[in-house]
Amino acid sequence: MAYKLCVCIKVVPRSAVAKRFDGTTHRLDRSGATELNPHDLYAVEEAVQLRERIGGELIAVTMAPDDGLESLRGALAMGVDRAVAVADPAIAGSDLLATSRVLAAALVRERPDVIVFGSLSADGGGAQLSAAVGERMGLPVLSGVRSIEVTDGRVRGIRQTTDSEVVVETVTPCIVGLGGSTNVPRYPAFRDIVAAKKKAIDCLSLADLGIDPATVGESGSRTEVLTITSPPTRNRGGDVVTDEGQGAAWLFEYLTSRGFA
Amino acid sequence: MTTAAEIGAARSDGVPLVFIELRKSVPTAGSLGLLGKARGLFGGAAAVVAGPGSGDVAATLGRYGADVAYFCDDPAVHQELPAPNVDVAASAIRAGGHRTVLFENSVVVADIVGALACRLEAGVIWDLQDLKQRDATLVGTKYVFDDSVAVEAGWSSDVRLAVFRLGILEPVEAAGQGTVTRLEPAIGADASRVTVVEQRHATVADVALASADVIVAGGRGLRDREALALLEDLADAIGGVVAVSMPLVDRGWYQHSRQVGQTGNKVRPRLYLACGISGQLGHRVGMEKSGLIVAINTDATAPIFGMCDAGLIGDLHQVVPELTRRIRAAHASVDHS
Repeated sequence: MAYKLCVCIKVVPRSAVAKRFDGTTHRLDRSGATELNPHDLYAVEEAVQLRERIGGELIAVTMAPDDGLESLRGALAMGVDRAVAVADPAIAGSDLLATSRVLAAALVRERPDVIVFGSLSADGGGAQLSAAVGERMGLPVLSGVRSIEVTDGRVRGIRQTTDSEVVVETVTPCIVGLGGSTNVPRYPAFRDIVAAKKKAIDCLSLADLGIDPATVGESGSRTEVLTITSPPTRNRGGDVVTDEGQGAAWLFEYLTSRGFA
Repeated sequence: MTTAAEIGAARSDGVPLVFIELRKSVPTAGSLGLLGKARGLFGGAAAVVAGPGSGDVAATLGRYGADVAYFCDDPAVHQELPAPNVDVAASAIRAGGHRTVLFENSVVVADIVGALACRLEAGVIWDLQDLKQRDATLVGTKYVFDDSVAVEAGWSSDVRLAVFRLGILEPVEAAGQGTVTRLEPAIGADASRVTVVEQRHATVADVALASADVIVAGGRGLRDREALALLEDLADAIGGVVAVSMPLVDRGWYQHSRQVGQTGNKVRPRLYLACGISGQLGHRVGMEKSGLIVAINTDATAPIFGMCDAGLIGDLHQVVPELTRRIRAAHASVDHS
C-alpha cells in the first residue's frame, strides 16, 4: 500500500526579530519577518526521510491567520510534495483547544497513515499539540520519540522521557511527535528550491472545513492573557565581558576569587 | 494577600485536584509540592496517582496536604504512556467535581494535559511560575520569550488545567491525614493501542552528576565531538564532572545520563560552568538553582548571559584550554611551595 504522510508545521516570527506583544490585543506581534518554526525543520526532515524509506505522499499542514505562507516553500524544497494551509483571519489568538480543533479538521480530510509533529513551537512551546490533535481525531499518539520506524502498518519509536528510554509501538493511522533535534535538517539544493515554487499550496478557509469561526480564535479559546509586564529581575546581575584576549585570565581570576580553581 | 472572602469563593469551586507523577513508583518532589500550593490557595487539596503501586503512594499523600487521594492500579496504566493517565485523571475530575487541576510539567505530563484539555474542553496555562486568587478569580503567572516578559493569564473554561514549570515547587510536610479512594475507570481502547515494547532504565540520574560540586557543561556551541575532551580536561583540573545539554545527546556525542535539563538531570552544584550553552528553557530548568553560574558563549544575545553570575563572550575552544592551563599552573605552584 502507498502510505500517506502528513507533517504539521508552523510559521513563526523569525527568531532574530525581537518578540513583542501587541499592547491592545495581548497577542504576539506577528507582523514582522517570519520563518518556519525551527523545531519543525526536524519534523520535516524526519518525515522526508520516512517517506524516502517507505514511499508514498508527504503533505505539510499548517494554519495561520493570514496567507503569508512563503515560509512553507522551505518545507516543500526539503522534499514535501504539497502543502495544505488553513488561512483565515478568525484563527488569530487561538489557544491549544482552538488550534487542535482546526488542525484536526484539516488532517481528517487527508486521511493520513502517519502524522508527524515537531517537538514544540518556538513561539508557544507547550509541546501539547500532538496529544491534543490525537484526542480530537481519536488516534493513538507516540510522542517524544527520537526515531520512527514504519513496517506493515506498525509504527515504532523510542521515547525519551525524564528517566528512561521506552520503545513504544502502535498501528496506523497514528500521530508521532518528535522529542528534540533528532536529525540534521537538509539544506535544499537550488533545483529543489526552484521545484518547490511549482508545488501546490492548497489554501482552505474555516468554511471549507465546516468550522464555526466562534469555536476558534479568541472566542473559541479558553484562556486569555490578562496583563503583560516585565518580570522581576531574575538576572543574577553578573558581569558579562567580551573576550579580547584576556578572557581566560579574567575567568581564572573570577573563579579563584570565589574559591574555585 | 488572599482574603478570607476570596478563599471562601474559591472553596465553592471545590478543592483542586493535583496530578501526582511517579518515577519508579516514587512521587516527584514537584508534584508533592503542588499539594501545598493547592492548600494555600483553596484550603484543601485532592490528589490523583496512577500506576503500579499507586495505592501505597496514595496512602502517604495526606502527609503533604491531600484530603483525599484517588488512585488507579489498573495494570493497563503505564507511567510512560499518556493515554491511560488521561482516562484516570478524567475519572478523578468527575469523581470529585474538581474544577482546577494542577500539574508539574514533564514529558509525560505535556501529553496528558494536551489530551485532557480537548476531552474536557478545558483551558491550559502552562509553564506557570505562580498561581493566585484575585477577586475570586484564578490567575496564573508565567514568563515568556526567554523569561523577558511576565504574563498573567486566566481561564474561561469550567475546568482549568494549570501546569507549573519544573522545579518551582518543593514538598511541604503537613500533619494531615487523607482518605484514599480507588478509581476503576474504563481505560479506553485508544490507550491500549499504544504498547510499551521495552523500557530501559539505563538512563537513570547519574550519581556523579547529582553529587558533583562542580559541573563543566557543554552544548551546541562545541564545534565537534573532539571538543568534549577540552571540557573533560577542564573538569579534571578543577575537580568537576562533565555534563551536556540535550543537542549533544541527540547527536550521540555523550550519554543521556549526563544530560542536564527537562529530559535529563536536575543539578545543583556549587559551580556550573556552561560552555557553548545558549540557556534555552529546557536546559535552564535543570541547572538554574546552581550556586554560581559561569557562562562562555560566542553569542552575546544568548539567554544564558541573562542568568549567570559571570559571563564571557568568547570562543570556548580558545578559552577553556587556556583556563585549564592556568588552573593547572596554579595547582602546580601550590604543590611546589
